[in-house]
Amino acid sequence: MNERFLINGATLPGGERADLLLDGGVIAEVGSIADAAGATVIDADGLIALPGLVDLHTHLREPGYEQSETVLTGTQAAAAGGFTAVFAMANTFPVADTAGVVEQEASLGRAAGYATVQPIGAVTVGLKGEQLAELGAMARSRANVRVFSDDGFCVSDPLLMRRALEYVKAFDGVIAQHAQEPRLTEGAQMNEGALSGELGLTGWPAVAEESIIARDVLLAEHVRSRLHICHVSTAGSVEVIRWAKARGIDVTAEVTPHHLLLTEDLIAGYDPRFKVNPPLRRSEDVEALRAALADGTIDIVATDHAPHPVEAKESEWQAAANGMVGLESALAVVHAAMVETGLMTWADVARVLSSAPARIGGLRGHGEALAAGAAPELTLYDPSAAAEFDLDRLAGRSTNSPYLGRRLPGRVVATFHGGYPTFLDGAVRPADEVARNAASAQGVSHG
Amino acid sequence: MRHLLSTRELSREEAIELLDIAEDMAAVQEREVKKLPTLRGKTVVNLFFEDSTRTRISFEAAAKRLSADVINFSAKGSSVSKGESLKDTAQTLQAMGADGVVIRHHASGAPFTLATSGWIDAGVVNAGDGTHEHPTQALLDAFTMRRRLHGAASRGRGLDGVRVVIVGDVLHSRVARSNVWLLATLGAEVELVAPPTLVPVDTSTWPAVVGYDLDAALRRAPDVVMMLRIQAERMHAAFFPNSREYARTWGLDDARFDALPPSTMVMHPGPMNRGLEIAARAADSQQSTVREQVANGVSVRMAALYLLMSGDRGEA
Repeated sequence: MNERFLINGATLPGGERADLLLDGGVIAEVGSIADAAGATVIDADGLIALPGLVDLHTHLREPGYEQSETVLTGTQAAAAGGFTAVFAMANTFPVADTAGVVEQEASLGRAAGYATVQPIGAVTVGLKGEQLAELGAMARSRANVRVFSDDGFCVSDPLLMRRALEYVKAFDGVIAQHAQEPRLTEGAQMNEGALSGELGLTGWPAVAEESIIARDVLLAEHVRSRLHICHVSTAGSVEVIRWAKARGIDVTAEVTPHHLLLTEDLIAGYDPRFKVNPPLRRSEDVEALRAALADGTIDIVATDHAPHPVEAKESEWQAAANGMVGLESALAVVHAAMVETGLMTWADVARVLSSAPARIGGLRGHGEALAAGAAPELTLYDPSAAAEFDLDRLAGRSTNSPYLGRRLPGRVVATFHGGYPTFLDGAVRPADEVARNAASAQGVSHG
Repeated sequence: MRHLLSTRELSREEAIELLDIAEDMAAVQEREVKKLPTLRGKTVVNLFFEDSTRTRISFEAAAKRLSADVINFSAKGSSVSKGESLKDTAQTLQAMGADGVVIRHHASGAPFTLATSGWIDAGVVNAGDGTHEHPTQALLDAFTMRRRLHGAASRGRGLDGVRVVIVGDVLHSRVARSNVWLLATLGAEVELVAPPTLVPVDTSTWPAVVGYDLDAALRRAPDVVMMLRIQAERMHAAFFPNSREYARTWGLDDARFDALPPSTMVMHPGPMNRGLEIAARAADSQQSTVREQVANGVSVRMAALYLLMSGDRGEA
């Protein structure tokens, strides 16, 4: 039986106070609700209600790297972070470059029930940058893939990139480019600048990102296709994208929470928790990224949640893996970087973390404004629960968070996906309960 | 001193103290019995992830002359080549009771990671990490300069006003970095001369002047010219066209050497590429300090091991 939930006294993104009734597969009512017989009441006084967050850039690691994360644990991390949908990157093993792999990922997500798992397909076979993957087959599969990316690698061959951009027009797909010129970043270890020279770490120049973005927006213009730029990290990239948008080129862009908050100075102690691709940049870059997100040049925040086992980070800098987990901390980091600084409102947060990523990814049933009749995807966030971010806040399999020990201004209190809670009172709901609710919501009968 | 990881972290007082102790150690080297009992019963591990016979035997000689037991751990042919992590290697050394670890590693920052990770209690000496630092090389260079300039009156002195030109592959050189920081701390004026491709893109935070014209730098009659080793693989990565052009433009050839005042010291950390960055005449001249640098290396490393391993080690 579907449980009903009455969320009392939440603050909507626009600032107004409202009660919300979740009933089965829908937000049944929003407003002042006096009577909801049989509903479980949730006191949301002082909490902000946001449409369930949507992450366009998650690494779930399954299949192939289950010691880092699985679809189950990754979507538990998503629930803990207020996410109700995640786009799963293709760099699994085997690579998500065929209909079979993307369908498997989607079905694992449906069975787990913590969030909608929307697979991203690889652009090229095996992410090798040599030959187009079966983009059409993935688009027509039950996984209904619309976003394609070789993330982790750049589609650096300009002709192949052109063909990919053209080809996905047939089914309104989008290429999400990991902009990193490979020759300019051979052996690169950190942002190239004064600090990399001092630390003796091979530089990762901003131009390696900016030159690919410049090339790709021109390609997208030429073939009149749609381009998305993953994890923009430099002030120069922002300028290129701003120029492209002004010119009418159909480009969207994302920034990660960590590139909105952290700078390269953290690397001075060679702590591999801060090793990430693209690398942490200068404070000038952080300022430019914040301004670009606020003015819409950058469309969305995406986590680039990249789990790694302990041993991949417990080493000298050069040997450590790139990447940080980010789902559980994303909203609090955006709160710190964008809302506390006065650059964005909560309505803006709802846009950059929910409605815009759902739109870019072509995902239905997510990112809808909290109104009667909308999909029951919802996050409750306490903006006054400032605390040191600690291991208890991490719900995935890996703990490579750069925020451990850092004070963040708020926390997710509850997440509802499909009308049922996946995260409540600061705890992930049990897997069997969530799977049962998911099956029920999807109309699968149990014997 | 808890660890010796970089010259950047050394204060002027710490650096001069270390150089003064190295003077004491050098005095011991002139005695018939060169050995001191200072580190008897202590174990020094030379943990070398990169081949470096010269640096390793220098540290080995230093430790043995302080009566320490020395274990040489070379990554080649050990469990490291089978994929053992730095952490597991460190914990193995810890379990064996290492009191001091001298580490040479291809990754910048590895000694810092080893010293700060909590994997090991031993004092850590950086014997060269990636393209980051090589602090004992810079200390022995400073020691050599000080001795040449002040002889027996070296103790207590810095290198104030000494003009040093460092020439060559600054980008990849841990020797250059350690020298820049230490020489500046000791009051010297440092000029770096290199092909533009072999200097970091931004050296605005370095206490040094950067130029591309070796002849102009040498015309100013510096007190010290330090030539860095140029590695063959740089040529294949398009840092410069070929060895002939490099030698012509940035090498200390006979004409450049002959034009220097006789008081200018010629230094090289070794091993030298004769005919490439340095001509034989310069290398073998009275102005060359190359052999003194090797001898002084043992004294400086004795001083470093002494400071790290004898008595109570501080928290700094």
